[in-house]
Amino acid sequence: MPSIARLENVSRLFGTFAALRQISTEFETGRCYVLLGENGAGKSTLLRILAGLLQPSYGKVFVFSGPGAGDTPQSQRGRIGYMSHAAMLYDELSASENLAYFAHLYREQRCLDPADALRSVGLDPALERPVGQYSQGMRQRTSLARVLISQPELLLLDEPFSNMDMGSARQMISLLGQFRGERRTILLTTHQRELAEPLADYFLTLEAGRLVSTVAGPRLMAKEQQ
Amino acid sequence: MKRPSLKSTYLWTHLAKDLRIEWRSKDAINSMLFFALLVVVLFSLAFDPTISVSRQIAGGILCVATLFASVTALNQAWARELRHQVLDAQRMTPAPAASLFLGKVIANFLFVSVVQLLLAPLFIMFYNLRALGQGWLLALVLPLGTWALVVNGTFFAALSIRTRNRELLLPLILFPIFIPAMLAMVQASTAILTGESDPDLWIKMLAGYDVIFTTICLLLFETILHAE
Repeated sequence: MPSIARLENVSRLFGTFAALRQISTEFETGRCYVLLGENGAGKSTLLRILAGLLQPSYGKVFVFSGPGAGDTPQSQRGRIGYMSHAAMLYDELSASENLAYFAHLYREQRCLDPADALRSVGLDPALERPVGQYSQGMRQRTSLARVLISQPELLLLDEPFSNMDMGSARQMISLLGQFRGERRTILLTTHQRELAEPLADYFLTLEAGRLVSTVAGPRLMAKEQQ
Repeated sequence: MKRPSLKSTYLWTHLAKDLRIEWRSKDAINSMLFFALLVVVLFSLAFDPTISVSRQIAGGILCVATLFASVTALNQAWARELRHQVLDAQRMTPAPAASLFLGKVIANFLFVSVVQLLLAPLFIMFYNLRALGQGWLLALVLPLGTWALVVNGTFFAALSIRTRNRELLLPLILFPIFIPAMLAMVQASTAILTGESDPDLWIKMLAGYDVIFTTICLLLFETILHAE
C-alpha cells in the first residue's frame, strides 16, 4: 500500500527536553493508526509535526509523495486536517458561522457544505447559539465537522473522544469508519484504547518520546486470518 | 523572501469575521472608548487651556489618547485567535497569511476610527476647537496616522503573542517605532488647527511612513505567523 506520510529519524526538542526521539515510521494510505502512550509521551508533538505546525529539531517528514520538492506538511496544508485538544473555533460565532468561515478559507478545493458537515456529526445546523455556550461534547463534534469540511486526505485527531459520552464517541467512531472507507488516512491519539479498537488498523505506542511498538489491531488481524 | 499573496476574497472573509465578532462582543470599541474619553477629559480638566493653547496641544492630546487607547485593544487583537488555538486552524488552511493580517489591520483601523468619530464632538467641546487652517485636511491626517499605528500595532501584537509579558512588550516595541508617525501626525494637526504653517510635508511623510511599514509588515507576517 502506498505511504501517505513518512518520518525519518524525527526528534523534537523543547529547550533541553526531548519530546520525540528518533522516530522513524511510515503511514499507509487508507489506514487508521491509533497512537497510545502516557501523558507527555510525545503523541501531540508527533501530530503537530505531521500537521506542519511544528518543525522537527532533527530528521525529516514527508507527506503524500515521498522525498522531493513540495512534499513537506507545510506545503500540503490543504490536504491535512488537524483536530487538537482545543476546539479551534471562535466562541462568539455559531457552529454554522464558524464552519462557513473555514469553508471560505478552503475555497480553492472541494469542500463539504457546512450544514452537511454539521449534520454528519449529529448537530443541527440551524442552532444559532454561539459555540461558547456549547457543552464540551458539542464543541468536540463541531471541531470534527470543521476538520471534515475540507475533506482532508490525512486526518490527525488529538484525543477526539475526550469529554464525550459513550453514545457520542461511538457515533464519532462510526463516522471515522466511513471516512477511512473513502481511502483516507486517520492518525489519532487516545487513552481509551478499547474505544478505538473497532477502528484501528495499527496501534503505535510511544514511551518518553520513543516509538516502542507497532502492533496490528484486531480488525486487521481478523482480515489477515481470512 | 516570498511575495505575499493577497486575494481580496480571503481578505473579506477575515474582515467580515472580525467585524461580526466585534459587533457581538463590542470588546475593543468599549475598552478604547472609555480609555480615550478619560484621557481627553482629564487633560482638559488638568490644564484648562485657553483657545489658542488648545490649538497648540490638541493634536498631541488626540494622538496620545488614540495611541494609549489603541494599545489596550491591540493587545487583545490576537487573543481570540490564541484562545482555543484558532490560529493553528488558520495556519493549516491554504489561505494566504497576508490576507489574515490585512483583514485584522482593516478591522482594527475601523474600530479605532469609530472611537475617534465618537470622541470628536467631545474633543471639540472640551477644548473649544475651531480650525484656523484647512480643517478638511484633518480627515486625511487622522486616518493616515491611525493606519500607521494600527498596522504596526497589529504586526507587533502578532510578534509578541507567544511571549509571557506580551502586554508589556507591545508598547515597548510599538511606541519607538511609531514616533516618526506620531510626530508627523501631531505637527500636521497642529498646523491645520493653528493655520500657522503648511501641513503638506507632514502629510506626505505620514503617507510615506504608511506605505513603507505596511509593505514591511505584509512581507514579514507569514514568517511571524509560522514562527515557533
